Amino acid sequence: MQTDKIQESIPGTTPPLRVAGPSTQCVHAGEARQKMADAITDAICCSSTYTFESTKSVIDFIEQKQPREEYGRYGSPNEKVVERKLAALDNGEDAIVFASGMAAAVGLYMAKLNAGDEIVFFDQCYHRSREFCSKHLSRFGVVTRQVPTGDFNAMEAAITSKTKMLVSESPTNPHLTVIDLEQFAALGKEHKIETMIDATLASPYNIRPLDYGVDYVWHSCTKYLGGHNDLLAGSIVGSKEKLESVRNLRGIMGGINSAHNLYLLERGLKTFALRMERHNENGQAIADFLTNHPRIEHVYYPGLSSHPTHSVAKRTMRGFGGLITFLIKDADWRKTADVVDACRISRIGPSLGGVESLIEQPLVMSYFNYPPEQRAQFGIPDNMIRMACGIEDTQDLIDDLAQALDS
Amino acid sequence: MKFRTRSIHVGAEPDPATGAVVPPIHTATTFIQPGAGEWGKFDYSRSGSPTRNQVEKTIASLEGGVGALLFSSGMAATHGAMMLLQSGDHIVAGSDIYGGTYRLLHKILSRSGIEVTLAPAHDIESFKAAFKPNTKMAWIETIGNPLMTIPDIRAIADFTHSRKGLLGIDNTFATPSLVRPLELGADIVMHSATKYLGGHSDCLSGALVVGDEQLFKDLYFTQNATGAVLGPFESFLLGRGIKTLDLRVKEQSRSAMQIARWLQKQPMVKRVLYPGLETHPGHELAKRQMGGGFGGMITFEIDGDLAATKRVCESTKIFGLAVSLGAVESLIEQPATMSHASYAIVDKVRFGITDGLIRLSIGLEDPEDLQNDLAQAIGT
Repeated sequence: MQTDKIQESIPGTTPPLRVAGPSTQCVHAGEARQKMADAITDAICCSSTYTFESTKSVIDFIEQKQPREEYGRYGSPNEKVVERKLAALDNGEDAIVFASGMAAAVGLYMAKLNAGDEIVFFDQCYHRSREFCSKHLSRFGVVTRQVPTGDFNAMEAAITSKTKMLVSESPTNPHLTVIDLEQFAALGKEHKIETMIDATLASPYNIRPLDYGVDYVWHSCTKYLGGHNDLLAGSIVGSKEKLESVRNLRGIMGGINSAHNLYLLERGLKTFALRMERHNENGQAIADFLTNHPRIEHVYYPGLSSHPTHSVAKRTMRGFGGLITFLIKDADWRKTADVVDACRISRIGPSLGGVESLIEQPLVMSYFNYPPEQRAQFGIPDNMIRMACGIEDTQDLIDDLAQALDS
Repeated sequence: MKFRTRSIHVGAEPDPATGAVVPPIHTATTFIQPGAGEWGKFDYSRSGSPTRNQVEKTIASLEGGVGALLFSSGMAATHGAMMLLQSGDHIVAGSDIYGGTYRLLHKILSRSGIEVTLAPAHDIESFKAAFKPNTKMAWIETIGNPLMTIPDIRAIADFTHSRKGLLGIDNTFATPSLVRPLELGADIVMHSATKYLGGHSDCLSGALVVGDEQLFKDLYFTQNATGAVLGPFESFLLGRGIKTLDLRVKEQSRSAMQIARWLQKQPMVKRVLYPGLETHPGHELAKRQMGGGFGGMITFEIDGDLAATKRVCESTKIFGLAVSLGAVESLIEQPATMSHASYAIVDKVRFGITDGLIRLSIGLEDPEDLQNDLAQAIGT
């Protein structure tokens, strides 16, 4: 289990009362103690542009004497609060928020990679991340090398003098392989290559990759951080120095988020620790239930001792999240779909990490147009189901799955 | 479906038009009708709007009622219920009730010739004694504000019904996560949904829930005729907040219990009023009536005058000094000068709303952080 080392103290308290607990951070970190109009919540600031009192104040701003807002694409008050909160939760110095998870990843890649550069990544990942790297970064002359997940020898062998970034998810989607982050960060440092972890499936409640020396953490905040299936957002957390170029490029490319969305994200973050405890509890209970069910061939969940990376998970994670992948015994794609269709509480849909449970068949939802050999290569069999547990009553979710499997 | 699952799914069925897992926010004030004089499901949004109705359905399910009505504030909801009364009627209300309810009873309803008597709801015999032949309604709180008294809901409901009256109960402090008064015989449940139901200090709202179809129709008629309905954006935020209601209230109850026990041991603290404590006179009743916790509200009295109390309230660093309650952020306040400032001095003295009282609303912060903050503020 990781320690509760959180650097950020309660804002506005001097000297800090003590190092704040995670739920205190969720409620207060990054926010001003005394806000506009003495309101307890942050105002939603929709302004697209910010006015200057005089020419002198414009010049002061340009000469960086006076930090302030200028134009919405470069940042906004709602964004700053959320960025400070996200940085605190990940124990990072700085965070940058984007319009979506993908916009965040693209924002980082575009800022850090040039034609001729190479990146190496572990092959179990969100299919759109893979698609962006292999189909689109390649158009800009960036070479993407994929190596088997968790195989550090293969990753090291793929490193060349042009390699600029090592990338992985942890846990991976949908196999939930947990990466040894210490080893991952060390490999990067040894070769002087930056490292990035997509920790969306873990969330900063369960793991903080920066603590292990990883350079960047990427989150789709749409998932656990927002937590209510009602907003899209993405973030990159890391050091101020390393993120400066990412922020500058975002200001040009424009993939920012909106004030309304950011307010909802800030509101969602207030219950983040509480929700994660429940997601972890539900995830573990359902994984245990499925393991003992006669219709189940296999369960992928890092909290199970049967999972190949269970020991790394146990060492580095506070809990194991709400995502579970499982295989139905002796079922073709149709019989598998019948289980999905028979669920009454979990709804069929992509995404995860919200209060509502979602369920999907990766073959249908994400890999329908891929040829069978490619699906085999990515480890997506026809009888695979991915369930994203929400925060409903644990027994209700188990009963629902039980009736779906019996039908 | 169990409580927590209902709080997420009932009323929030996916949008059939788009499949959206979160139903869209309908801002329309008016709706196109099938024909002149023929009415569709919705006509004008004061009379009903899709977004508001969805959340009403959720709240009705959580309280175990046949229907719920959402109002623009808790006071609008209370007033909505009290408009069932007419000139010449009498209402008996608990003696420690929200200051705003006290003001409504004494300064507004009184103008319509409605008479009020306050009596301690936790003292069943005195409460019964306050009834008159023209008593049409009793109004109590699940947990009295700010003295944290516990009324016997079943006993009061039975007595009120024997006098052909209605029992209205403000369930704001307890929430349906801990107590469902309709199951105990109450007729009308009222919420300042601004508090625990919304839970994030960002939407002012009120609710009425009833278990009887005819009573629902009567209340709906009044609401539609007088118009204090909740808007679509607030309805959305309220519905979003309710999805984590059970999680929040249970956690806040756990933290409050820990903090109440700790406060009891502080030499500066004269007494702690929290229904979860064995020393609380209503503890046994609370145990019987409540399930899963005793709520996130604590009142305590310090050994000091108004100024000393004020100083404590002003020196916390995590607790915000503000009225209201039930949100993710912890709040502290002094009832005598803040939430109960509307009480006449004579009633403050009579009912024990003393200068040394401090009311806490426990938020979602780490209880150890909150305890440390109180320690430095009290100066232990």
